Amino acid sequence: MKITRRLLLATAVASGLAMGGAAQAQDNIRIALVVKALGIGFFEAAAKGAEEAAAELGNVELIYTGPTDTTAEGQIEVINSLIAQRVDAIAISANDPDALVPALKKAQQRGIKVISWDSGVAPEGRAVHLNPSSNPLIGNMIIKLAADHLPDGGQVAVLSATSTSTNQNTWIEEMNKVMSDYPGIEVVSTVYGDDLADKSYREAEGLMATHPDLAAIIAPTSVGIVAAAQAVTDAGKVGQVNVTGLGLPSEMAGHIESGASKSFAIWNPIDLGYSAVMLAHDLVDGAEAGPGATLSMGRMGELTLDDNSEGAMADPFIYDASNIDDFKDIF
Amino acid sequence: MKISRDILLAIALLLLIGLVAMRFPGFATPQSLASVFNDSAILIILALGQMAVILTRCIDLSMASNLALVGMITAMTNAAYPMVPVVVLVMMAIVLGAALGGINGLLVWKAGIPPIVVTLGTLTIFRGIIFLLTDGQWVNAHEMSASYKAFPRAELLTLPALSWLAIAIIVGMAIFLSRSPAGRAMYAAGGNPDAAVYAGIDTGRTRARAFVVAGALAGLCGYLWVSRYAVAYVDVAGGFELDVIAACVIGGVSIAGGVGTVLGCVLGALFLGVIKNALPVVDISPFWQLAISGAAIIIAVVLNARAERRPGRLILEQSSDSSLPVSHS
Repeated sequence: MKITRRLLLATAVASGLAMGGAAQAQDNIRIALVVKALGIGFFEAAAKGAEEAAAELGNVELIYTGPTDTTAEGQIEVINSLIAQRVDAIAISANDPDALVPALKKAQQRGIKVISWDSGVAPEGRAVHLNPSSNPLIGNMIIKLAADHLPDGGQVAVLSATSTSTNQNTWIEEMNKVMSDYPGIEVVSTVYGDDLADKSYREAEGLMATHPDLAAIIAPTSVGIVAAAQAVTDAGKVGQVNVTGLGLPSEMAGHIESGASKSFAIWNPIDLGYSAVMLAHDLVDGAEAGPGATLSMGRMGELTLDDNSEGAMADPFIYDASNIDDFKDIF
Repeated sequence: MKISRDILLAIALLLLIGLVAMRFPGFATPQSLASVFNDSAILIILALGQMAVILTRCIDLSMASNLALVGMITAMTNAAYPMVPVVVLVMMAIVLGAALGGINGLLVWKAGIPPIVVTLGTLTIFRGIIFLLTDGQWVNAHEMSASYKAFPRAELLTLPALSWLAIAIIVGMAIFLSRSPAGRAMYAAGGNPDAAVYAGIDTGRTRARAFVVAGALAGLCGYLWVSRYAVAYVDVAGGFELDVIAACVIGGVSIAGGVGTVLGCVLGALFLGVIKNALPVVDISPFWQLAISGAAIIIAVVLNARAERRPGRLILEQSSDSSLPVSHS
């Protein structure tokens, strides 16, 4: 981790020197990517995407920064120092939606464009918020993941967290709305593992026992998907029951390798960092943010803002045997 | 009395299995029952440890946290040094667990703090230490060595090693509690501490010993749990201590100490295990699942309390028929 950070710093310094040499430093747009805390794999990956965007735009100088622990106080210090440095834009993943508002308001008064990404800031503190995905996109993705490996249709079951978990229920609801797009796929049961490894494991065992023809288990929760994959492996049903849903590459790498899970999805932090920088650049270039506005995210397409000036980046990113090794050490 | 209660519980268990089999016939096959036993193995081992503590009129709320901490340490050791043999890791788990249990025991014995307070404290301390060790990071399946994950699954005479281990511990505990002086002392220290002291039993030391036994078993389960589910994180087995105590109580172990059998405790753990494995296959709404688990526990406790209740005793005789006044215990 330390080495990568030092490398990042070195490249940043090197590119800074190169730019300086070309005497273009004054024209550069300086965009600060502020993360919840330094040293977290997810954000290091986002920084990688941000660099990609900066390289693509050419005239962007990227400042990757954040506090050493995930506190709002630490981020406020960072923001104040960025204001002092007179950066052009701040793209922040906030540790607290409200506590950062005064500092970010101050930044906006000095003409700095502020967007939040991943974890949002209250609307008065930023111009735009970039969500990694949206509930309809996630609902569609989890059933698509199962259906992609079932060309002839089949029975699938959902293993959720708790029965009262809001985001899980919303995603399952959105999934049910688009079921007509996947003929032949039948959701036979929805069970709840309460995000406990042992309960999720038993629920997965129960699903396999009650539905002998079960072809896939969809678990849109990181504890559930790992437990279900283990249950399928232990039952000797690898290849017969595919476990999919939402999970983290580091946690799922072993189960992708064993074949218990053919693929799963989660937002791609690289794309997220890339899009955040692209949006910030668009705003600095003079684009107006507001309800209904459309902003550019480079290769990720366009972001249309809703009434809260929020937008969803894209479908969750699919991870499978072909790319898991690139991501398993990142987050 | 005790025997009849165990038989009653065994009948209730069979009835429960029969009820589930009516809705889902596949449940009562030998293969499925073996997997129920295997899924309940960790609960059985923990319940036996908890029983030793409860027998001495104490309680150990920190067992699940002990399990999680030791499990995390074995997982991290395995991830960092994959060449360390599993036998060494299992030994390490038992010793570490016993040491953590020893902390509880010493605080109860030497500092004289009530066990519920001590273990409530260590419950959060052990969890806190996991967070400090890991920063909230998980140890995942691909970071563990194949042999680390293979041990509880290794099959011997059609049963997995995890089940055999549980059977060995059941037998071991039964012999320990019924045949060894240290085991008998646990019954005595809880049944009547004052009388135990007169009988030459050091109740404080006996209690500390019970905590060490519980800790060692919790530590062993730490390894078993993590390798079984192939994942270690801060919240492993969160809230499981309550299941363990419930298993003891259902099994007829008296919270007031001194009463309980290994057979009853195992049946209690199996009763909970059957409910946990049955609910997913009988297809009941998750809201009802919670209510059913809770109701089963309360019914079992009510039955036990009724069985335990002694008929009222006359302390002072009115007439002078009896020459010996009945002393108050």
